[in-house]
Amino acid sequence: MSATVTEHSPTPQQGKGPQPAETKSWKATIGLSVVAVLSLLLFGLTTPSGVQTTFTVATSSDFITLPSITVPARAAAVVLSVVAILLAAYVGFRANQFRKVGIWLPIVFGMAVLGALLTWAGADRSGTTIQLTGLLTSALFLAVPLVFGSLAGTLCERSGIINIAIEGQLLAGAFLAALVGSMAGNAYVGLIAAPIAGALVGLLLAIFATKYWVNQIVVGVVLNMLVIGLTSFFFSTMMTDDPSLNRALSLPQIDIPLLASIPIIGPVLFQQNLLVYIMYVVVIVLQIMLFKSRWGLRVRAVGEHPKAADTVGIKVNRTRVRNTVLGGAVAGLGGAFFTVASGLAFGKEMTAGKGYIALAAMILGRWSPRGALAAALLFGFADALRVQFGIIGSAIPSEFLSMLPYLVTILAVAGLVGVSRPPAAEGIPYKK
Amino acid sequence: MSDSTAPRPGDDDAGNDKAASDTTAGGAAADGAAVETQTPKPEGTGGPTSPADTEGAPRSQSVLRQILESSTLVVVMAVVAALLIAGILICFADEDVRAAAGYFFSQPGDTFSAIGDALGGAYSAIFQGAVVNFQANDFVGFIKPFTQTLTMATPLLFAGLGLGIGFRAGLFNIGAQGQLLIGATLGAYIGFAFHLPFPIHLLLAVVGAALGGAVWGFIPGFLKARTGAHEVIVTIMLNYIALYLVAYLLTREAFQREGSNNPISPIVDESAQYPLLLGDNFNLHWGFVLALGGAWFAWWLMERSTLGFELRAVGANSHAARTAGMNVSKAYILVMVIAGAFAGLAGSAQVLGTEKVLTTATAGSIGFDAITVALLGRSRPLGTVFAAILFGGLRAAGPTLQVQAGLPVDIVLVIQALIVLFIAAPPLIRSMFRLPAPTHEKEVAA
Repeated sequence: MSATVTEHSPTPQQGKGPQPAETKSWKATIGLSVVAVLSLLLFGLTTPSGVQTTFTVATSSDFITLPSITVPARAAAVVLSVVAILLAAYVGFRANQFRKVGIWLPIVFGMAVLGALLTWAGADRSGTTIQLTGLLTSALFLAVPLVFGSLAGTLCERSGIINIAIEGQLLAGAFLAALVGSMAGNAYVGLIAAPIAGALVGLLLAIFATKYWVNQIVVGVVLNMLVIGLTSFFFSTMMTDDPSLNRALSLPQIDIPLLASIPIIGPVLFQQNLLVYIMYVVVIVLQIMLFKSRWGLRVRAVGEHPKAADTVGIKVNRTRVRNTVLGGAVAGLGGAFFTVASGLAFGKEMTAGKGYIALAAMILGRWSPRGALAAALLFGFADALRVQFGIIGSAIPSEFLSMLPYLVTILAVAGLVGVSRPPAAEGIPYKK
Repeated sequence: MSDSTAPRPGDDDAGNDKAASDTTAGGAAADGAAVETQTPKPEGTGGPTSPADTEGAPRSQSVLRQILESSTLVVVMAVVAALLIAGILICFADEDVRAAAGYFFSQPGDTFSAIGDALGGAYSAIFQGAVVNFQANDFVGFIKPFTQTLTMATPLLFAGLGLGIGFRAGLFNIGAQGQLLIGATLGAYIGFAFHLPFPIHLLLAVVGAALGGAVWGFIPGFLKARTGAHEVIVTIMLNYIALYLVAYLLTREAFQREGSNNPISPIVDESAQYPLLLGDNFNLHWGFVLALGGAWFAWWLMERSTLGFELRAVGANSHAARTAGMNVSKAYILVMVIAGAFAGLAGSAQVLGTEKVLTTATAGSIGFDAITVALLGRSRPLGTVFAAILFGGLRAAGPTLQVQAGLPVDIVLVIQALIVLFIAAPPLIRSMFRLPAPTHEKEVAA
């Protein structure tokens, strides 16, 4: 046992949270400056002067109808880019004093650059407008599987199990939701079945990781493969033989009274289906449970220092198995997004790598439910942007917009956005 | 576990390898794969593994016991178990079996004969698609399935070798897919855009493919060395970026076939294609021989060169390696560049050998399959060769399975995943087949 501890003890020394860093770190400053200057050059200065961009915010069901906003395109894009440059300069100023900046800065920075991008894309297009509400609604909706997936990852990794199998758990959830939902003829039954499928995949991961001490990344990759193989196999045999086993069901949209008629916020947040409302609840509950409850403290102890946790009587492997199964269930529930929540029948490999993006969202969100939500929404927004640009016909090839979440993730893990530190005992099997 | 028997991390890489293979080569199995896949090794997980206990083994151990305890048997049993579970799936999906099972209690014989038909059809389809075809009229048709297996194995072997080197250096490179695609793109571009005489053109295209993969491998290696960015995440992300990049390039005029709007490149010049190895009747090309050469190079690099020793030391314990004066950052970058170059060569096997064009589907699932190949081969070059041929065979059997047995090719993916899952957990296989546990607990951190 001593070998494990001595070998890995140096890791927790990196990155100690809010304390001032020992050396001046210019990575964030450089990264943000490059993005801001690019924004000015690409979006600010290439926008032709004298044209306007129109943003539509209203939908027909709003309680109060807001007017569309029309801005002079070039001026708006330049101003937003300059704001971004000033923010980058502020980060540099703080870094010079060995200080860090709050989480608000990257958010405001992102909004400024995205605003410049949208203004540029919508400039000089009479007839087409930027549907701001529609954009946000689809961003939230597309973020749903990412949120569930990254929450699943957070649950597992906080207890020390690396969950690469999120992709497989999403796919298994999507499959079983479609299958059971079709058999019962009710989308809600499918929604109940989805977490069971995810939990089974989680259980397999947990057994191999805690009982057989197999490298968790290996198990995760192989489980993804296994689930893709199994679901595709059953899709091509059972579901193709009997199409009534794979019908397109959909969860009805539920409008929350009163809240749904608030302009912008109402249609975006409160005119969704049940899965989205469950998501709100799960995020809030997990955030509180992980950081404010006895259970959460124990889970984090197991993930950070299993030996210490064991010494005070916490069952390390039992905690890990439970968390991994729970995480699998959460991801499985997210898998229901692809079939019953989107009104689609099951298709081969229909998760298309969303599980890996969820993994990225978890890292970007620094292993907390709140951060995972924010990161997942960012990726959802990038996805929605791609769809919107496809409609209005933008000069940016859609492939580059599709790359955006992946690029952002690489920049994030490379430390440009800030140091992220995984749970210390992550990926190391606990052996007594 | 008491401290006195605990292994010293970083100390057990070179000598242990030899010692373990010495003990087993005598009794267990004579073939080279056994020696190669025997050794339990900590593969970069950093977890402690019990060193092979060479002195302590009792003399009275019977040969039978040695065979039962060998990991070769575990590998064989893992394949058998995977095929059995796949058999259950096949029965489940078979309509005749399901129909017969409906009246199982009145005529159980029907169910069993239906199961027999379904399984017999499936397993014989795998054999005929991957090894030899008994129904063929001539020798060419008889032997063709096996050459097809080798053709399919070529890219898996290249990519698996690179990944194996990475695993042994403690880097979990999921990015073979992206590295392969970028390598294939550069190789294919040189292949169809330039027009040069035969050997030079091929050489240039192959080098280009390796270079493309190396560049794509350099990025995660550099980021890991400089910023500590986790290579798993970066390589996964780079896979997607590569895919979208290729999708974009294929919409550009420079990469598109003349007079076509489809995302497909022109056919690579004949002077840039790997020549066929066995004449026009077979698809097998010289890329396979190059891949075998690559396996030899990987063996030499890891077992005989100073650099390989450093890489293994870094993989066993990066802190100890750094203390010993090795440049860990350089090792990470080099490993990723080498792995990327191998993956790029796998891309060349696709665009310059088998398919001869570049599409977004060029990589297929080779990059991910190669991970399982490297794991199955225990990251050793010889093991990787056999693993690549096994999985190449499964891939080659796909079409036959579809046509003869009416089974979707996805079953191949299930078999592959199960094999690796079982091999990664030897105690599971031992308990399934009631094999005796080895006297010294051989935990293999795959």
